Amino acid sequence: MVKRDLVVVGGGPAGMAAAISAYENGVKDILLIERDLYLGGILNQCIHTGFGLDYFKELLTGPEYADRFIKKIRSLPDIDISTRSFVVNLKKDKTVTYLKPGAMCVVRPKALIMATGCRERTREMVHIPGTRPAGIFSAGLAQRLINIDGLLPGKEVVIIGSGDIGLIMARRFTLQGAKVKAIVEIQKQTRGLVRNVVQCVEDFGIPMYFNHKVSKIHGKDRVEKISIVQIDDNMKDVSGTEVEIGCDTVLVSVGLIPENELIEMAGVDMDKRTNSPISKEVNKTSIPGLFVCGNSFKVYDYVDSVTADSELAGKLAAQYLRKTK
Amino acid sequence: MSKYDIVIIGGGVVGTAIARELSRYKVKVVLLEKEAELAFGVSKSNSGIIHPGTQHSPGTLKGKLCVQGNALTRKLAKELFIDFKKVGELIVAFTGEERTRLEQLKKDGDACGVPSLKMVTKAWLKKNEPNLSGEALAALYAPTAGIISPYRWVYDFAENAISNGVEIRTETKAEKIVITNPGFEIITPKGNFSAKYVINAAGLYADEIARMVGINDFKICPRKGEEFLLDKKRENLTRHLLFPLPSKTSKGILVTRTSDGNPMIGPTAEDVQDREDLSTTEAGLKKVLEGAKKMVPSINENDIIAYFAGLRPASGDDFIIRHEDKVPGFINVAGIQSPGLTAAPAIALMVTGLLKQAGLNMKKKLFFHKYRKKEYHLFSMPLAKSKKLIKKDASYGDIVCRCEMVSAKEVREAIARGARTMDGVKFRTRAQAGRCHGSFCTSRLMKILAEETKLPSTGITKRGHGSEIVKEDRING
Amino acid sequence: MIRKMICIECPKGCSLSVDIEGCKVKTVTGNKCPRGAAYAIAENEEPMRIFTATVATKGLNLKLIPVRTNKPIPKKDLFLAADETRKIRVEKPLKAGDTVTDNFLGLNVKLLATREVA
Repeated sequence: MVKRDLVVVGGGPAGMAAAISAYENGVKDILLIERDLYLGGILNQCIHTGFGLDYFKELLTGPEYADRFIKKIRSLPDIDISTRSFVVNLKKDKTVTYLKPGAMCVVRPKALIMATGCRERTREMVHIPGTRPAGIFSAGLAQRLINIDGLLPGKEVVIIGSGDIGLIMARRFTLQGAKVKAIVEIQKQTRGLVRNVVQCVEDFGIPMYFNHKVSKIHGKDRVEKISIVQIDDNMKDVSGTEVEIGCDTVLVSVGLIPENELIEMAGVDMDKRTNSPISKEVNKTSIPGLFVCGNSFKVYDYVDSVTADSELAGKLAAQYLRKTK
Repeated sequence: MSKYDIVIIGGGVVGTAIARELSRYKVKVVLLEKEAELAFGVSKSNSGIIHPGTQHSPGTLKGKLCVQGNALTRKLAKELFIDFKKVGELIVAFTGEERTRLEQLKKDGDACGVPSLKMVTKAWLKKNEPNLSGEALAALYAPTAGIISPYRWVYDFAENAISNGVEIRTETKAEKIVITNPGFEIITPKGNFSAKYVINAAGLYADEIARMVGINDFKICPRKGEEFLLDKKRENLTRHLLFPLPSKTSKGILVTRTSDGNPMIGPTAEDVQDREDLSTTEAGLKKVLEGAKKMVPSINENDIIAYFAGLRPASGDDFIIRHEDKVPGFINVAGIQSPGLTAAPAIALMVTGLLKQAGLNMKKKLFFHKYRKKEYHLFSMPLAKSKKLIKKDASYGDIVCRCEMVSAKEVREAIARGARTMDGVKFRTRAQAGRCHGSFCTSRLMKILAEETKLPSTGITKRGHGSEIVKEDRING
Repeated sequence: MIRKMICIECPKGCSLSVDIEGCKVKTVTGNKCPRGAAYAIAENEEPMRIFTATVATKGLNLKLIPVRTNKPIPKKDLFLAADETRKIRVEKPLKAGDTVTDNFLGLNVKLLATREVA
């Protein structure tokens, strides 16, 4: 087992900002653990603009935003980075066990910052009845398949949920030559930024159905069509409004859930409803010296907010280390 | 045309259990499965319960073969290296009338030979099943109930059968059977197979196969069951498998768990017409939640992370396992709904007996590979053991599926053992079966499948032809 | 004709009233800064968009490299831009900010790499 002053789990925008901030606040022994081959986290697949307006006063794409932090971290040799490293166990005393090809490593830091981001809510969690054919993707998976793997998930798409990820993917699919036949939103207005409604939906004339829910997914081996129905103010189906839309792909964009199974494993007090740690102060948890930052602390709309939150966490970790010396 | 002693039609738990049993003998066997992989029919939707044998009338095949099968399963689980968890079952009574019915069930169970049955009191239940509803009055406790992974069970039978000489052909649908007397010729799109004996283990289509040789005295009536899985975080919801008193058509809404640790509630029991209707419904969810909450009030709809539906190949009240005297050499193994999974090894023995009776000369092989090569799953071993594995083979440390902790090595091994599709990988390794449902691992899994099967990305399917994951490769397409 | 729209130049999202005659903008009201007026004019006469996409590589560590135009291009040319990027293959290492194509589509904008590729 190796001992460290600070371990940061997650090398996306949150983890990088936290590590850099901790360093700038005096911590010189830092290990950053990242499961992918590259740093950057989800930003690597967010090829669109909309990042950095606040933090850098520039309109950047996701990879460009990440690149700024990657360059900074590279310039700080005191921050050790372990990629392809997957944390599988976290103990109450902050001992971290991670796997990487060829090794299982155990490290016990004095302070720990968790920056593990989110996963997407799935079709099953929102109980959409019907079959389970090929062609159903979370918006993030579709984004990854297109932007990283160069694969087109489908040609006729219906998007469930009008949050930003869904809207962004509407544009991406359209520019890839696919037809986005509808965006179905359960509430009466979009959850996404106006900017995205204009540039992703209105620009391409994609129909948006508000106050509608998907009542069934059809198709044996591949999605064939979906049924949607209007709902009233009490979320009850309005009879006679059911409509079928033919499609071969369904994108599910119905929210993000903080990925906090590790801190739950360690026994941190959790808010079961949001899957986030119960915190009396921002970034702190019920285990002293264990901090959570970025989207795994709270789901933010802008990455700039993630950076601000994570810089604070880095500062707090540095403070904690000074106090407990 | 290929010549065999026996053709088994159907690659579910029954067909593969029979194949494995027959592989002990010097007979040439081929198993034909119409889907892209084994277990893709009825078996994949099985709840995985190894029943003790209660709830069946003495004198039925179901009763007899279930009790036998339960004991055989434990034995075979060791030989085939599958995780069999002895969990025990409680049939719970909520009213005085139900308690009386329990006594009858115990009598029937004892008559069937179910071991160690005992009636337990409210106090016992409070101590040993704390989350069970306080309204429960008493229960019948059957300690020999267990859980197993139903599709892994199929793959294990198949793997061992293959290592002992059985041939297995997937994507090979029996379209027509010609009675050549003696023997049969089975016509498939992949060629013709001739055999002296045919074993019809075709699940939902057993009646169609039987009709091909002129037997039409039974009909398969698909009965849909919807099941709902809860997050693994609620693993300790129950200690035993919880059953209500059975109704005429089904065992009721159960609160059980899968052998991988997810609590499971269901199934419903609804007769359907379409043999391919695997859709889940809002009504099904409501019914299951109602039944499950009655048993365990703390069950929360928000814990549901997955759901699926299966179709029981129901036909009458009992199994139909018989040699057809009118069509010598043809053995029907039909209507195998619950407790089919449990009974499978016993069914295999019974079918072997029927074959002998029908005149097949069955000599035991000199060398029979009883054991299956062990395989490792990181999610089911302590960390210290994982460490040793990773040192031995570095790719055990290359994690592909984060929710279920599945390594690249395990995925490659699954493919080496027969997985060809994303579902095939899922059933064997659990990658994509966790809470994120493949959002994280699908991309990597597709890459590994493409590498190992030499298919292009656009050729990777969910469960066979027609279910390709992506439509186009924008770089190489 | 009065068109109502929301300015998206910054998160303030001012509600704009745009008076259009023929295809030209006569006046813009409701904007709290000159960017709003410029946005309203451009949106109604010649809407412009920053174009982002991915471009295939050959012999590099990433299959695709994400790219962007350094300046907005006419909205009407977005599909043309998408088709054009499919023809490109990057074969040499690039840093974020390096030029992939000069004078993309002849529109006097550059197509830049947004991620490092080695």
